[in-house]
Amino acid sequence: MLRTRVIPTLLLQNESLVKTVQFGEFTYVGDPCNTVRIFNELEVDELLFLDITATQEKKSPNLPVLTDIASECFMPLGYGGGIASVDDAKAVFDIGFEKISVNTRSIENPDLISKLASHYGSQAVIASVDVKKDIWGQYKVRSHSGHRTTKLNPVEWAKELESLGAGEILLTSINQEGSWQGFDLELVRFVTDAVNIPVIAHGGAGSIQHIHDVVEKAGASAVALGSMVVFQKKDMGVLINFPNKEKLENTLV
Amino acid sequence: MITIVDYGMGNLGSIKNMFKRIGVPSIVTDDLETISNAKKLVLPGVGDFDHAMKKINGNGLRNLLDRKALQERIPILGICLGMQLLTRSSEEGQLPGLGWIKAAASRFPKISDLKVPHMGWNLVSPVRESAICNNLPDETRFYFVHSFYVHVENEEDSILKAHYGINFDAAIQHGNIFGAQFHPEKSHKFGKQFLTNFASL
Repeated sequence: MLRTRVIPTLLLQNESLVKTVQFGEFTYVGDPCNTVRIFNELEVDELLFLDITATQEKKSPNLPVLTDIASECFMPLGYGGGIASVDDAKAVFDIGFEKISVNTRSIENPDLISKLASHYGSQAVIASVDVKKDIWGQYKVRSHSGHRTTKLNPVEWAKELESLGAGEILLTSINQEGSWQGFDLELVRFVTDAVNIPVIAHGGAGSIQHIHDVVEKAGASAVALGSMVVFQKKDMGVLINFPNKEKLENTLV
Repeated sequence: MITIVDYGMGNLGSIKNMFKRIGVPSIVTDDLETISNAKKLVLPGVGDFDHAMKKINGNGLRNLLDRKALQERIPILGICLGMQLLTRSSEEGQLPGLGWIKAAASRFPKISDLKVPHMGWNLVSPVRESAICNNLPDETRFYFVHSFYVHVENEEDSILKAHYGINFDAAIQHGNIFGAQFHPEKSHKFGKQFLTNFASL
């Protein structure tokens, strides 16, 4: 059985699922409910939904859509986007999600991570960190779906998030996202060396080999898949799919 | 009709969703009279042991649950923390548990590379027959999230074992009282079968 969690990560934009490249170039993927039905039949380990416009548009989680998703899915579910308070999180938990992910709001208000962890336990709190190399090649944390730059160093910030009570780090490389070129192994290694909590590597997966590499060479506990699970191949049409489980198991010991 | 006890802790929505999917009517309630008339109870729970016991002890639920479990002997299923509450005690807290099953919960030992909580899918192996495990396929796996594990005093109360650093009791049963450390409501066809079995008891 697969020990490494392989998590399809789906991007919500209003009522639709989309996929991006380097946080831009939106491609329509489909209706969330139809899509999750397929993932449910594929019996994937876990699903993560990120509403990529909620925070920027100052919207709370889209509860009707999330309710539909939860009623179709019989697997662990995570959600991120626009969670600014314990009450926002409660609404999402009550529907049947068991993890929430916080990104921009944790930068603006680090105490939110602690509050969520003390109410629901660290296992329910994913701290999401978006990272982009600046023009000098330095890794910098970005907020607001990558739109705003911050002064935060990802390694220091990840340590801070762990000490605040986050149970996992979702580490996204904006440079690699949607590229199919593989994870940023250096970035993932920096963070996995610095924290004891699981790190979910996100951004760049294009093959089972990439998944193997980020687990074996960079210490990722889990991987988040975007393009690979919603497109046939790079630059080809939408096809909801999941990597062959036997191949995954043979690759990931 | 399955009555899911709402005492303020847990993933009630997802359990109800799963029963709906398998075509079993269920109700989520904190109403003592409804619970009093229940024919089958689910005791869910996510969170802190003492916090949960305080909620159960504090609102008149305790005596009612004791009556349903020990006198009326209706089938009761504790899930996750709900299973740990069935035991006598937990290292997580000071308060006694419901004590319906001779067992206790302990923290996972500190073993290097063993991340706690135990979070993810894991295989279970049956150690004895139980109606709640009927028709579970080989290589049955369930989704777990927990930092404390249950160990029974009498091995005959253990029905499924799992391994995470150590062997622990993944599901337990003593007469009409059932416990699942994993989340059947989040475990695809395996969880569907498990809850279908509970519904058909």
